[in-house]
Amino acid sequence: MPHYEPWSDERARAVIDEFAHLEGPLMPMLHAVQETFGHVPDAVVPMLAEKLNVSRAEVHGVVTFYHDFRHEPAGRHVLKLCRAEACQAAGGDALAEHAEHKLGCKLGETTADGRVTVEPIYCLGLCATAPSAMLDGKIVARLNERRLDALIAEAQS
Amino acid sequence: MTIRIYVPKDACAIACGADEVAEAIAAVSLARNEPVEIVRNGSRGMLWLEPMIEVVTDEGRIAYGPVEAGDVEGLFAAGFLTGADHALRIGKPEEHPFLAKQTRLTFARCGIIDPASYEDYRAHGGYRGLERALTLGPAGIIEEVKTSGLRGRGGAGFPTAIKWKTVADAKGDQKYIVCNADEGDSGTFADRMIMEGDPFELIEGMTIAGIAVGATKGYVYTRSEYPHAIWAMEKAVEVARANGMLGANIAGSPYSFDMEVRMGAGAYVCGEETALLDSLEGKRGTVRAKPPLPAHKGLFQKPTVINNVLSLTAVPHILADGGQFYADFGMGRSRGTMPIQIAGNVKFGGLFETAFGITLGELVNDIGGGTATGKPVKAAQVGGPLGAYVPTWQFDLPFDYESFAAKDALIGHGGIVVFDESSDLAKMARFAMEFCSVESCGKCTPCRIGSTRGVELMDKIIAGERVTANLATLTDLCQTMKLGSLCALGGFTPYPVLSALNHFPEDFGAPPRVVLEAAE
Repeated sequence: MPHYEPWSDERARAVIDEFAHLEGPLMPMLHAVQETFGHVPDAVVPMLAEKLNVSRAEVHGVVTFYHDFRHEPAGRHVLKLCRAEACQAAGGDALAEHAEHKLGCKLGETTADGRVTVEPIYCLGLCATAPSAMLDGKIVARLNERRLDALIAEAQS
Repeated sequence: MTIRIYVPKDACAIACGADEVAEAIAAVSLARNEPVEIVRNGSRGMLWLEPMIEVVTDEGRIAYGPVEAGDVEGLFAAGFLTGADHALRIGKPEEHPFLAKQTRLTFARCGIIDPASYEDYRAHGGYRGLERALTLGPAGIIEEVKTSGLRGRGGAGFPTAIKWKTVADAKGDQKYIVCNADEGDSGTFADRMIMEGDPFELIEGMTIAGIAVGATKGYVYTRSEYPHAIWAMEKAVEVARANGMLGANIAGSPYSFDMEVRMGAGAYVCGEETALLDSLEGKRGTVRAKPPLPAHKGLFQKPTVINNVLSLTAVPHILADGGQFYADFGMGRSRGTMPIQIAGNVKFGGLFETAFGITLGELVNDIGGGTATGKPVKAAQVGGPLGAYVPTWQFDLPFDYESFAAKDALIGHGGIVVFDESSDLAKMARFAMEFCSVESCGKCTPCRIGSTRGVELMDKIIAGERVTANLATLTDLCQTMKLGSLCALGGFTPYPVLSALNHFPEDFGAPPRVVLEAAE
């Protein structure tokens, strides 16, 4: 399970500063913020805007454009199910339904107990051993109902 | 004597349990006091056999697969350290028909070497291309690439040498080489495999490109979904730098070139080259109108070569063995080899590099072995989410840019996703529209609005609502998207939709194709 730090202005500034020397540093900064705090909090937007001398609207626009950046923290575990064509061809639809049923929430949602966020992902590049999934950064291929159940159990533990 | 065992650390192998297999081998070897050296290589590309481990024996490398952690004890007991027989024994990988039938240039080293080892790369012919490039100089390099006939492997098929020449001729205090490694197409994984299995090849290709056009800085823009590829690339960049192959005065020459690996954030449209450049600059991944071309005003408005991973990794071979050697492979205007990726519902999925001209049927049926489910093949989607569904009666189609274009299809990045007869192509057409609506950058109306209208129309058609009228509207909408969109996302989404409709109208509630043909 990933461990995130509680929000702190000072820490956020330090994380941002680490990438200030790069050309086009905003994306690396946002990734680092999310890696540190688990999401991209609103409070970081004016900090980035000031640092990069752009408007808050521009930073907000970038944060909201990319699927990866979370506005709210995710559940304790994140289960991503590949929903792209190769996985669909190999039975991914039924597995996604199975996961939704088992977890009691839809793709893109978090279980009521806050333990698991289940999300679609569009292609892990494991298309020859489809269907595939990713649990907190761990990738699993040749997914079937049994393997998916094991992943869900691991996520719920 | 310590015996060397190769256990892939390709993401696909890891997802199939390679890390656990490596741990088990280490543990059992310790317990049995039979010392082994485990090398984590890339994948050979026979992905249905992953994790495929290889033991170095007196006769050469002997492969076993697919190995699970639970098989390791038994492999030791059977004597696999000397290449002994076992139910999982495959024999020499290079003699396996799947590999023996290929022409491997780009993937020649992938799965054979330790991707983190500079010495291994050198020992297997690495940096021969760069050495020759240094003797040829910029104009000579571009001439060699021109002779090779290399065309952009990202999908557009634009001649690489022309792009390079344009950047070389452009004036600029700073020029860039950008590698498009944003391999978002479902059914494609060649970029990922080469970055994980032979990352120095990409570094060498980008360095040669830098020398050719006068660029001193390069970026590899890849996907957040590819953490293993990012680690492998970053490691290789570090090692190359330590060996004087990146940075100032590469290999003691007057040329300097350095590079960085950057990560996207889950936006498919960033695989479009101008959206990618905006994303690298730290903006929303919005498509730019062309002109100006990236070759004139690319990254930070500077002259930029933006090439796909497979284009850049072809370059070291073209330089090492000469452009003509490369051009001698292929057919028509499609020269050289193409790393083709066979995926989806297929028995023997993997990476198959071959000269252009092989037919789709050979790839799906002979090499891929048909579907994994054993049901008849219904269609294959070639070229990712924006590629056409090709029905079995067009499987004689040769893999070649022009032949595919003539059938309203595209080879794209060379990914083939196989579907069996249980697939509903109306549902896949709806998915194509939905994917476009979610991933649209929003800049142009045909893509932004058209895709949403397309989903609504598909919902009505699937529900059986005024099917004939709605299909006519859908066809019309596709025409608008195709002709009016700014980039390939909106412009090519009609390919999967219309191909599904034209070849499998019965899935859409329209009269079957045989009836339509009889009526013509």
